[in-house]
Amino acid sequence: MINLKINGFEVQVEEGTTILQAASKVGVKIPTFCHDPRLVPHGTCRICVVEVEGGRNLPTACTTPVYEGMNIQTESKEVVQTRREILDLVLANHPLDCLTCEKSGRCTLQDLCYQYDIKETTYVGERKDFEVDESNPFYYNDQNKCILCGKCVYVCSQLQGTEAIGFAERGFPTHIATPFNQGLEQSTCVSCGNCVSVCPVGALMPKSKEKFRYWETKTVRTTCSYCGVGCQMDLVVKDDKVVGVDPAMGASNEGLLCVKGKFAYNFVNHPSRLTTPLVRKDGKLVETSWDEAYEVIANKINETKETVGADAIAAFSSARALTEDNYLMQKLMRAVVGTNNIDHCARL
Amino acid sequence: MELFRSHVLVCGGTGCTSSGCQKIIAKLDEQLEKHQLEKEVKVIKTGCFGLCEAGPIIVTYPEGAFYSRVEEKDVERITEEHLLKGRIVTDLLYKDAVIDGEIKSVDEVEFYKRQQRVALRNCGVINPESLEEYIAFDGYKALGKVLTEMKPEDVIDVIKRSGLRGRGGGGFPSGLKWDFTAKAEGDQKYVACNADEGDPGAFMDRSVLEGDPHVIVEAMAIAGYAVGADMGYVYIRAEYPIAVDRLDIAIKEARKAGLLGKNIFGTGFNFDMEIRLGAGAFVCGEETALINSIEGKRGMPRPRPPFPAVKGIWNKPTLLNNVETYANVPQIILNGADWFAGIGTEKSKGTKVFALGGKINNTGLVEIPMGTTLKEVIYDIGGGIPNGKAFKAVQTGGPSGGCIPADHLDTPIDYDNLIALGSMMGSGGMIVMDEDNCMVDIARFFLDFTVEESCGKCTPCREGTKRMLEILDRITEGKGELSDLDKLESLSKTIKTASLCGLGQTAPNPVLSTLHYFRHEYEAHVNDKKCPAGVCQELLQYVVIPELCKKCGICAKKCPVSCIDGVKGKEVYIIRQEDCVKCGACLEACPFKAIKKG
Ligand SMILES: Cc1cc2nc3c(=O)[nH]c(=O)nc-3n(C[C@H](O)[C@H](O)[C@H](O)COP(=O)(O)O)c2cc1C
Ligand code: SF4
Ligand code: SF4
Ligand code: SF4
Ligand code: SF4
Ligand code: SF4
Ligand code: SF4
Ligand code: FES
Repeated sequence: MINLKINGFEVQVEEGTTILQAASKVGVKIPTFCHDPRLVPHGTCRICVVEVEGGRNLPTACTTPVYEGMNIQTESKEVVQTRREILDLVLANHPLDCLTCEKSGRCTLQDLCYQYDIKETTYVGERKDFEVDESNPFYYNDQNKCILCGKCVYVCSQLQGTEAIGFAERGFPTHIATPFNQGLEQSTCVSCGNCVSVCPVGALMPKSKEKFRYWETKTVRTTCSYCGVGCQMDLVVKDDKVVGVDPAMGASNEGLLCVKGKFAYNFVNHPSRLTTPLVRKDGKLVETSWDEAYEVIANKINETKETVGADAIAAFSSARALTEDNYLMQKLMRAVVGTNNIDHCARL
Repeated sequence: MELFRSHVLVCGGTGCTSSGCQKIIAKLDEQLEKHQLEKEVKVIKTGCFGLCEAGPIIVTYPEGAFYSRVEEKDVERITEEHLLKGRIVTDLLYKDAVIDGEIKSVDEVEFYKRQQRVALRNCGVINPESLEEYIAFDGYKALGKVLTEMKPEDVIDVIKRSGLRGRGGGGFPSGLKWDFTAKAEGDQKYVACNADEGDPGAFMDRSVLEGDPHVIVEAMAIAGYAVGADMGYVYIRAEYPIAVDRLDIAIKEARKAGLLGKNIFGTGFNFDMEIRLGAGAFVCGEETALINSIEGKRGMPRPRPPFPAVKGIWNKPTLLNNVETYANVPQIILNGADWFAGIGTEKSKGTKVFALGGKINNTGLVEIPMGTTLKEVIYDIGGGIPNGKAFKAVQTGGPSGGCIPADHLDTPIDYDNLIALGSMMGSGGMIVMDEDNCMVDIARFFLDFTVEESCGKCTPCREGTKRMLEILDRITEGKGELSDLDKLESLSKTIKTASLCGLGQTAPNPVLSTLHYFRHEYEAHVNDKKCPAGVCQELLQYVVIPELCKKCGICAKKCPVSCIDGVKGKEVYIIRQEDCVKCGACLEACPFKAIKKG
């Protein structure tokens, strides 16, 4: 065990712990843009710098392991001055679009500028000027708002394993792009949206069809119903309407989702979604109760079985049902009804 | 073995190759054949002599006659007069090789006399493509000694006691680094050689690889033995084709001779190596970016710790040293730690190679003992400032170094002294500036380089250096304000303390050191909108001095934009400042020196 001091608090942590982890153990919050505990530490944004007694430079809390007797200040004058300078530099190359930006309200840049009282940049000079890549059907990439934290690149390569995006050019013109800048549509991107979920600013954003502000929404933790992985996710809900999905840290998904879980939620509030069973009466579909619906189904199955035989019956189930439900469906058909005539929409 | 009465060494370094040494060699061969001297005179294509500016260079032995700027037509005379009749062709010798009518041999020439060649000892001496010649100059003797007589820890101990420090820039004690790598846990370890050499103007590593490639093969094998690695990588920029070729030949020859591969010298030690080509990004010289690049990833630095000695190439413990660092190793093994530690200053041992450039008479590569003063290098070896101009500053450490003014010229060169002066050793660039250089412009020039070369990964360096450059641009255009100077200082501090890698951490040095030593020049730009050195175009004014103007009108004829008004023979001429494009044509044209720039 290693003993150290953070803002005067005595802390004891295991060897190999980073300053950031040790600080969180004693409830000291250090701001981050680029840190993600699931990624290999990369120390890109430098906003998490802290002061270590006897150190020459300001090390980054997210990458620096603690050592015995370390004495750390996380909000010293020099640290605050440096963070303010970094924010000033970021803002010098960032459009101040908060009024209409959909990230507003849960944007790390906005939050930190508020925390450190940065109202506007003190620099004049060249700014980014990129075309927004809107070629992907589910999300867009607006590099004008990107702060180059690198998270999207590393999430795509290290966690998603797709490597669809990377850094293009170097120095000031550096930006996030697909190979040869061909655009997301032409790339190997599978639209999982995991990059979108980690972007700390409004650079990678879902193509939302709803207008909402984050402070108008609540989140509802649920399990994705598309497949048997059982990803945990938070529905972003405004006025009883799902307006977005965020991955949650579930045991099976560790904060990742696939394209279906992340983006295919519009069915929930779709006007033509069936919410009660329908039966055909006098040639017309009319709403009915579940009891009546089951009765109709059971009677028809029995009747058909007796008159024509079980193989005249087939069942078709939906990928939107759980894997377990689909299993039960085929079991019912094979063992109870007595036919192998089953099918499933995922096959189509 | 064939014996020759004379050896003719022709420099085959990059400099002399581009000034035409290939043709000289062909001509020599032709002439020797013509005079039937092929059996008596041997022509050897060597590595760099360090005086590229005087190339193509020929040195003949046993006399040590030092011919410079040799042209094809000179070869006939050299062959007929010197090689055939034994009369040195005095008028073709290097300028300092004849003093008061007396011929000086190459070692007596002022440029070489004060040098001490350890890392460059074989450069310009042996044929770099010949393993035999390397062996004849004690090559692979150190490897033999290490493998047959020493334990790995003994080798590390010798390197530690020698006081050798990294020549790639940081000056980290090499023995310690070897020790860390040896002690790091890992089933596989690597040694790597940094031959990226990104500092503009520096070419010592290229010269070693071109002139003495086997020394790197030998040193890396020694290092491999010391730290427990059986594989080495040399990371070298693809813009160094001659160095790449010669190193490749050396590796193949060494392999053929059993000096690389399995069971070297029958000792059971295995070691092999490969070349990895870099695409020439400055940041790829930074050790962790270099490792990423070797792994085939984008050349962006990784956070340290973990250091390469613990997690390097493919996360395995890796020893990374610079070319020049390695080039010292065999000599240290052969001559002993005490010999090496006997050269230099208290904390900086041995010699250092510098690439002298800028406003200096002898530009080129010089190797001097640590502790030599800046003055000795610039005046005694470098021959001082051309055209009787006054010295202003010397910039050491490449684009991330600082500018040192005249008051500090007596400083003995070593790692710590240069840092104390706000500069650094770097890889050994040394650029001399005279009174005609504007220090704001110089700072802007170096920063422009780092802005271009920043990898773009971390915020302070990517965004901060760009803003510094924009501020400097404004100052040199006369749009600066006094508060800009404070802004430069505070921004520099952030970039230095918060950047991820050495590139950002040192990028503000040229600005900080010029602000420190030459603040008055900045103030002149900002307050008076004047460039004292007359460099910054936007701040220049060409004016006719009425008292001197003879109303000849020559200037008006020369002006490409017709912005000089006057009446020939009657009225003094006047330059309309708003239209002047500052080409300087009038200044040169005026026969009466009646136009001044300022
Ligand atoms: C931006 C940057 C560029 C560098 N370029 C080089 C280089 O071209 N060659 C080199 O040997 N070291 C270079 N270095 C230093 C290396 O990171 C490393 O310290 C060195 O190669 C270690 O070898 P040494 O201990 O023998 O000097 C560079 C460092 C930085 C930060
Ligand atoms: S990304 Fe953040 S800081 Fe930028 S405009 Fe949007 S909300 Fe504002
Ligand atoms: S959506 Fe998924 S696959 Fe596409 S770039 Fe983002 S992380 Fe990579
Ligand atoms: S797009 Fe977002 S996640 Fe990606 S680097 Fe830019 S800010 Fe970071
Ligand atoms: S998000 Fe994708 S992987 Fe996860 S449960 Fe839903 S459908 Fe399956
Ligand atoms: S300091 Fe500059 S070169 Fe180094 S990692 Fe940061 S951006 Fe890249
Ligand atoms: S500097 Fe050139 S443009 Fe200006 S007055 Fe002289 S000749 Fe004309
Ligand atoms: S959060 Fe630590 S460097 Fe970005």
